[in-house]
Amino acid sequence: MKFYHFSETPYPILPDLDTLAGLRVDLPNSYYDPVKGADLFHERLDEWCLCDELGINIMLNEHHQTPTCVVPNIVVTASALARQTKNVRILELGNPIANRRDPVRVAEETAMVDVLSRGRLECGFVRGVPMEIAPSNNNPTQSQSRFWEAHDLIKKAWTTHDGPFRWEGKYFNYRAVNIWPRTYQQPHPPIWITTSTLDNATEIGRHGYVCATFLVGSEKAKQIFDAYRIGYRESFGRDPASDRFAYLGFSHVADSDEAAREPAKKLLWYMEAGKQAPQWNAPPGYMPAEIMVQLMGAPRTAGFRKLDVDFQIGFGNFFTGNPDTVAQQIRKFHDDVGGIGNLLLMGHSGHMTHAETTSHLKLFARDVVPQVRGLSLPQTKAAE
Amino acid sequence: MSVFKVDGVELTGVRAGTGAPLLMLHGAGGPRSILAAAERLSKSFSVMAPTHPGFADCADVDRFDTIDDLAYLYLDLLDELKLTDVTVMGFSLGGWITAEMAVKSTARIGRIILVDAVGVKFGGRDSTELADLFSIPPSEMPKLTYFDQKFAPDPSTFTDRDKLNAQRSFQAFARYAWEPYLHNPKLKQRLHRIDKPALLIWGEHDKIVDVDYGRKFCSAIPGARMVVLPGVGHVPQVEAAEKFDALVADFVNGRAIAAE
Repeated sequence: MKFYHFSETPYPILPDLDTLAGLRVDLPNSYYDPVKGADLFHERLDEWCLCDELGINIMLNEHHQTPTCVVPNIVVTASALARQTKNVRILELGNPIANRRDPVRVAEETAMVDVLSRGRLECGFVRGVPMEIAPSNNNPTQSQSRFWEAHDLIKKAWTTHDGPFRWEGKYFNYRAVNIWPRTYQQPHPPIWITTSTLDNATEIGRHGYVCATFLVGSEKAKQIFDAYRIGYRESFGRDPASDRFAYLGFSHVADSDEAAREPAKKLLWYMEAGKQAPQWNAPPGYMPAEIMVQLMGAPRTAGFRKLDVDFQIGFGNFFTGNPDTVAQQIRKFHDDVGGIGNLLLMGHSGHMTHAETTSHLKLFARDVVPQVRGLSLPQTKAAE
Repeated sequence: MSVFKVDGVELTGVRAGTGAPLLMLHGAGGPRSILAAAERLSKSFSVMAPTHPGFADCADVDRFDTIDDLAYLYLDLLDELKLTDVTVMGFSLGGWITAEMAVKSTARIGRIILVDAVGVKFGGRDSTELADLFSIPPSEMPKLTYFDQKFAPDPSTFTDRDKLNAQRSFQAFARYAWEPYLHNPKLKQRLHRIDKPALLIWGEHDKIVDVDYGRKFCSAIPGARMVVLPGVGHVPQVEAAEKFDALVADFVNGRAIAAE
């Protein structure tokens, strides 16, 4: 099993969240102090550099127009870390290719990060959450099909070495695609795609990519991975190895279960901050009309958003306590979902301090990883 | 259930009455807000009120995602039905379709009526003259649509089918009009091509597309006239039904209209 450390790189120095209507799209950036913001960026980057020494892989993401994640371009953090780290994998999860206007640029940027890091890039493609539609202004009714056209184009740009080639698609047009540099890894960096639906999981399985799902709980995660297996078997005629699966949960390790509890609660800021006006949260066509009608009838209240560490442990979203407790939680989660090769752990969020995060990372690397790294099944050999 | 078939596309909607042909094109909210008007007008006209692909109970057509696609579809429908001297009346987004049809060909069109229509941009790059219905909470829409809130439908009476139709209409609206928002940047410079009589009917208190915009729209169409209805918001056919029907009948029959 492989482990990744993740922070959304939030800017949490805000008024009481209850006084804000929403944190997505329309919160003015007068709340952002760039001097404090610089400190926060460097703390997060220092934590990822520490991961490089500890042997914990790095996971990055991007969002737009929100203090919940002040990285509007994943390539910026990935580039800094490609230069500053030497050992671990750098996972971009991910590049919002349904929203990017220029997929060839994504192919170029990721190829450069791959070369700069000497082949340590794990390249995630994401459709982007609904709140990302307004900042990009791409038509939400087309985001699924834009995603796949962008994917096809990026993959062709990565793997074409006798270019240039021409592209006249539904969404993108180029007369001469011919990227420099080409990717370091061959034929291209491993591809990851996120999903929270079974249909998408099956499609990702057909491609054989790593399928990542976030904070959906162990029960739903197992359904998603099972749906992936169907697609994978269709394409490859065998069952996927567990390294095709990834799950994002929260984690905080301390010397004792009691000592872990207060810092662990700070991670739930991520959920607390997940509020936005309905027009940003539900752009028309992002989800099928039938699903929208169901959601309007029965708003989601349980599960994902519940601000309770014990509940989240039971749900499969939280790995926290002393090192033995956490190793046990990871073993249970691994078994509950039918085997998983990649655990993505949000080890920082909200007002958690740099000291708390680094303490967690050191304990996790020293006392948890040795207990659970052998959990994974045989790994996929060729890049798929 | 299919009411019209053209270019291999099956459309739901209303076809009723006898008399002069009247093509009614509904707006972004779907056919619901013009159904009563279609019923009333079918007593005097041969009314055709197709539901645009993707809206309400009408199936999506994968290859359609622009207002131009709909303009050509309805021009083809008039060809298919071999109609001439047709009155094309478009409401809001349907008015945009109407204008796009009329700048392409008026061979089968006798006159057009634009009701609180959109589709043109007159202003600058840092604002919109049209309420951005994708940037407001859905619960705000009735306040913008109706001057008198008593005309707003009561959501508690909506069936599951109504809810699904409303959601499908909202998605189809986005599909056709997300960006550029509710307009074609080229339409303004083409409006001079409209060579048939045009009447614009506007609600005085329209908060989605105001009277000033209507006046600019009117001056861009040669010989067009405009009637502003007092005490009315975005849907005159609902809020001032009697006056609205009389205006349509007078205009189609060539009677005098007290236009601005």
